[in-house]
Amino acid sequence: MLRIEKLSKTYRTGDKALTEVSVAVPEGQIMGLIGPSGAGKSTLIRCINRLVEPTAGKVMLGEVDLARLGTGELRRQRRRIGMIFQEYSLVERLTVMENVLSGRLGYVPFWRSWLRRFLPEDIERAYRLLDRVGLVDQADKRADALSGGQRQRVGIARALAQEPDLLLVDEPTASLDPKTSRQIMRLLTEICAERGLPAIVNIHDVPLAQQFMQRIVGLRDGRIVFDDRPDVLGESALTTIYGAEDWQAMRQGDDEQAEAEADAARRMAVLAR
Amino acid sequence: MSQPAYPTAWRRPPQIVKDRRWRLALQIGILAYLVLAIGSLEVNWERVAIGLERGQRFVMGFLQPDFASRWSDISRGLVESLTMTLTSTVVGVLISVPIGIGAARNMVPRPIYLVCRGIIAVSRSLQEVIIAIFLVAMFGFGPFAGFLTLSFATIGFLAKLLADDIEEIDETQAEAIRATGASWWQLVNYAVQPQVMPRLIGLSLYRLDINFRESAVIGIVGAGGIGATLNTAIDRYEYDSAGAILLIIIAIVMVAEYGSSYLRKFLQ
Amino acid sequence: MSGPEHHSQVWTYRTPRARLLIWTGWVALVALFVWCWQLMTRDTIWFFVQDAPRQAVDIGSRMVPPRWEYVPELLVPMWDTLNIATLGTIGGVILAVPVAFLAARNTSPSPRLLRPIALFIIVASRSINSLIWALLLVAIIGPGILAGIVAIALRSIGFVGKLLYEAIEETDPLQVEAIEATGASGAQVLNYGIVPQIMPAFWAISTFRWDINIRESTILGLVGAGGIGLKLQASLNVLAWGQVTVILILILGTVIVSEWVSARIRHAII
Repeated sequence: MLRIEKLSKTYRTGDKALTEVSVAVPEGQIMGLIGPSGAGKSTLIRCINRLVEPTAGKVMLGEVDLARLGTGELRRQRRRIGMIFQEYSLVERLTVMENVLSGRLGYVPFWRSWLRRFLPEDIERAYRLLDRVGLVDQADKRADALSGGQRQRVGIARALAQEPDLLLVDEPTASLDPKTSRQIMRLLTEICAERGLPAIVNIHDVPLAQQFMQRIVGLRDGRIVFDDRPDVLGESALTTIYGAEDWQAMRQGDDEQAEAEADAARRMAVLAR
Repeated sequence: MSQPAYPTAWRRPPQIVKDRRWRLALQIGILAYLVLAIGSLEVNWERVAIGLERGQRFVMGFLQPDFASRWSDISRGLVESLTMTLTSTVVGVLISVPIGIGAARNMVPRPIYLVCRGIIAVSRSLQEVIIAIFLVAMFGFGPFAGFLTLSFATIGFLAKLLADDIEEIDETQAEAIRATGASWWQLVNYAVQPQVMPRLIGLSLYRLDINFRESAVIGIVGAGGIGATLNTAIDRYEYDSAGAILLIIIAIVMVAEYGSSYLRKFLQ
Repeated sequence: MSGPEHHSQVWTYRTPRARLLIWTGWVALVALFVWCWQLMTRDTIWFFVQDAPRQAVDIGSRMVPPRWEYVPELLVPMWDTLNIATLGTIGGVILAVPVAFLAARNTSPSPRLLRPIALFIIVASRSINSLIWALLLVAIIGPGILAGIVAIALRSIGFVGKLLYEAIEETDPLQVEAIEATGASGAQVLNYGIVPQIMPAFWAISTFRWDINIRESTILGLVGAGGIGLKLQASLNVLAWGQVTVILILILGTVIVSEWVSARIRHAII
């Protein structure tokens, strides 16, 4: 259970990224976070595991207030929070296995990680996770030899290797094609359901969010302006989140893309015949 | 239904040398070399122990430099070094421009190209200090030999980079100028010069910096400059004066680096 | 530097003020050059300069034929030269790595205190040529190969340190952030997030510096720091120009081979 209370973040430049945001994510819930760029989605997610330092407010994970921890204790708490980034956040020049095992770094002493001598159960877990995301035979490849979708699967395996109590997911599909995006979102939701993991997914693609999320929170200018089930998210709510013009433009873009896809499908069908 | 068994051990696969035997051979080879090389070191530890005391005096000299007692020597050496640096850079740049154009394959006929590339190769492959030895033998001691050395070294450095630059210029622009019926000189003036000029200025400033550093070295073999003063100071075990000279060199290099980056920004 | 002033009156290349500034700059440069030239040649004995071509012909005629019998005597000094360069590079790289991590903005543990110190070490090492380091070290720890190795190492710190810290600052922060988010310690973040990213640069810089060090170590003997330079100095002292030719050819050959080797290694790594 994650409870955020009156979280605020003001950057040193004076930009107010978040203003008194309060939200709670219960066990097993997948929450989508939508909003225009610059609304503070990314800041909110990074304030939870303190890659960005919040200015005020509380971040309660169970009984611990993450916003008020010293460096050592923060490291121990970060192990409980798995984070999944855009595809490029794998360490490119390490092997797939090392990338997955790096999820265990918070649990092993430095000499073990330096010599790559992880515990047998860590290695077994890493193989099991790689099998779960369908990449067990790629373990010895270097991460930069993988495709975008494969990298994202490794990223998921790395986050799960931490045995987390919470998943933070930052734009998981930003640089993937539509089909791979859906596969990745399906995998994510399945895994969360299997383990009863709560997750916050920062996502820019509204139809994708509506399809896969159990709950949607809309951010605008650092404040929560929408918080409900995805089927309630309608025209008017989207206008509040994105502003009238942007929303129209976005929908138009979506329509164009859908049209193009349909067109391509038609041509393929013709070709197939 | 039981879970499938997963391996419990994993080793990072080798990244560069994939074959096990080659890897072993390489490791043994490196080890053998290190043993041989370190074995052939003949270190006189007594001498080193005595030296450590001197080293301490040098560090003290560096921390408490003495600018005053040898100031006339230091200032003469500095003036020689600085004047040598500037004149040799200017002359070197002036000579390296025609040679650089001559060494660009797309600008000149083949015989000229070969001659210019030959000059560049000779200048680049010889150490400044070795050139200085010869020029001192020919022209006598003093900064004039140093000036010639640095000019010669500048030509090799600058003409090569310039030639490579010209060979990479945008051919379509040169084509456009050629199509207007321009002569070879106009081609250089309108197509090559604008594209290469900013980089030429940047490289000249960079070379100015290198020439100053080198001017401190060639004095050791008699080509004038601050290096001669430094050599004398160390020979006389005057570490506080030597420390002062080294600090001056470091300061000038820092100023030159900072100044040239500022100037480059200003010119662009 | 003929500007396009022969164009029509209406169109000018730069504003009048900028042109004035640039022309003033050129005139100042010429004046500075003339002044420096006079200052520099104040003590020049022009008789020697006029005599130079004759000297050149004289030296040239003594340099041929090369005295090939001298080659066997040069093999041991050449081996020493290679060792000075290689061991010096290894030592320099070992010292440069911590300096680079202290100097890089994103890994420096204390940007206020340690970073300026590390940057000063880099500048000091870079400003002073290895021959000057050798001069000092020969005075301090005595003539010999050790002084040469230490001199090469001290000079290499600045070069390797500067290029390496720039490589560290250019690493992808997202990859580092991802490792931080797993709860890794500082040392683990360096080991998993930063080191893999700079490894290619590290090897390229090291072999590049080794190549330069081969060149530089050939002359260290001139000040007594061991290697082939000692033989060069000895031959110059007795005016044995035939031997000098042999030494120069040997140096040139070694430099070309080492350049080829380092290019091959860099090619294999990247």
